[in-house]
Amino acid sequence: MAEYSMETPLSKEDVEKLKAGDRVSLSGTIYTARDSAHERLVKLIEDGKDLPIPLEGQIIYYVGPAPTPPGRAIGSAGPTTSYRMDPYAPLLIEHGLAGMIGKGERSEPVVEAMKKHSAVYFAATGGAAALIAGSITSSEVVAYEDLGAEAIRKLEVKDFPVIVAQDCNGGNVYVEGQKKYAE
Amino acid sequence: MKEIEAGRIAEVVGKLCQEANFELEDDVQEGLEKMFEEEESPAGKEVMRQILENSRIARTEKLPLCQDTGYLVVFAELGQDVHITGGGFEDAINEGVRNGYADGYLRKSILADPVRGGNTKDNTPAVIHLRLVPGDKLKLYIVPKGGGSENMSRIAMMKPADGVEGIKDFVVNGVREASGNPCPPIMVGVGIGGTFEMCAQLAKKALLRPVGSTHEDPFYDKLEKELLELVNRTGVGPAGLGGRCTAFAVHIETAPRHIASFPVAMNINCHSARHKYVEL
Repeated sequence: MAEYSMETPLSKEDVEKLKAGDRVSLSGTIYTARDSAHERLVKLIEDGKDLPIPLEGQIIYYVGPAPTPPGRAIGSAGPTTSYRMDPYAPLLIEHGLAGMIGKGERSEPVVEAMKKHSAVYFAATGGAAALIAGSITSSEVVAYEDLGAEAIRKLEVKDFPVIVAQDCNGGNVYVEGQKKYAE
Repeated sequence: MKEIEAGRIAEVVGKLCQEANFELEDDVQEGLEKMFEEEESPAGKEVMRQILENSRIARTEKLPLCQDTGYLVVFAELGQDVHITGGGFEDAINEGVRNGYADGYLRKSILADPVRGGNTKDNTPAVIHLRLVPGDKLKLYIVPKGGGSENMSRIAMMKPADGVEGIKDFVVNGVREASGNPCPPIMVGVGIGGTFEMCAQLAKKALLRPVGSTHEDPFYDKLEKELLELVNRTGVGPAGLGGRCTAFAVHIETAPRHIASFPVAMNINCHSARHKYVEL
């Protein structure tokens, strides 16, 4: 298990050196998107239209934050369960997405896309939403405001704590970690 | 005949929606602290550290424990000698949810139509389970229920021949397959018996019993302890990263069943097992 500090956007070299179980502190810009935003992004790609956010080397955080209380950068903002984005993720990876942050295991088509195009899947601690909000320094809605909590936000993060859950070589922290303790 | 004003119900519900989302009850907090002490896996221990730190921040800064502030479920017991004045009972609860979620900066997660969508923008309506009972009290359990753990819940119409072993397989396989998705360490509510819909409701009601309490029936007390041990042998661990601490409680609620049926339901709650209780 290694520890890294990384700046976004991620390079291919960044992604390829990460192994399942490594700890990473992320800093820079990341984008939020969950169920409905993914549906819209994929529809735009399929229709050959421009996207409201860049994908090349970028990271999408699966989160629908709580409303921002006065005087704060963002409300509580922990990860949502990732498998719901599995039907959409491979196409986004094919179009340059380098990283995803969520919780829970990804399916085979996502893993195949991650291997083929060098992408990484990070996990943040589900339910540690007030703690995680502390590493987000600014938040701005950049698309789909009508979706409320599901709108796409541009976040600036500083030392955002994640673990490499599934790497671009098929490594899987859920499978490897649980095997050690299963009786 | 005792009178309770609808406005009073709305006020209390609004306040408790917020308190439930900011502060874990002592029994849940203690259950999680015990898991932190007991966890052997380094990754699992770090997750538990983050969960406890998160609880401290949420409590002191009045921030939601989780961004998913839930579908608001209410278990209500209304004494038949109570007269609610100045408005409808369900309207009062929804008014409380509306105000509590707006004023507390809690997330609005409810879509008006399950297929066509459209956020109701105030987190209403609440899911209300009402029982009419003797007496002159109104008892309310306020339970904000997150989607991630709800999605990993299940129900089976088993064969009576499946028996206790069938229940064990159902629960243990369910927890193993849920893996890290429902945010372990989890609380597992198990409903056994009743009809199809009643069984699911029993499983949710089982989540309300205090962590560390024992089932009043020694047979089910023993089964709860066996299930907890089996679940904690799956290796799922905190956040699914592997470890010993997968669940901090398994609670069972039962009801009589039809001779042909053996319904078993499992409702999972995440580590932010939120609920508040009030008596009016």
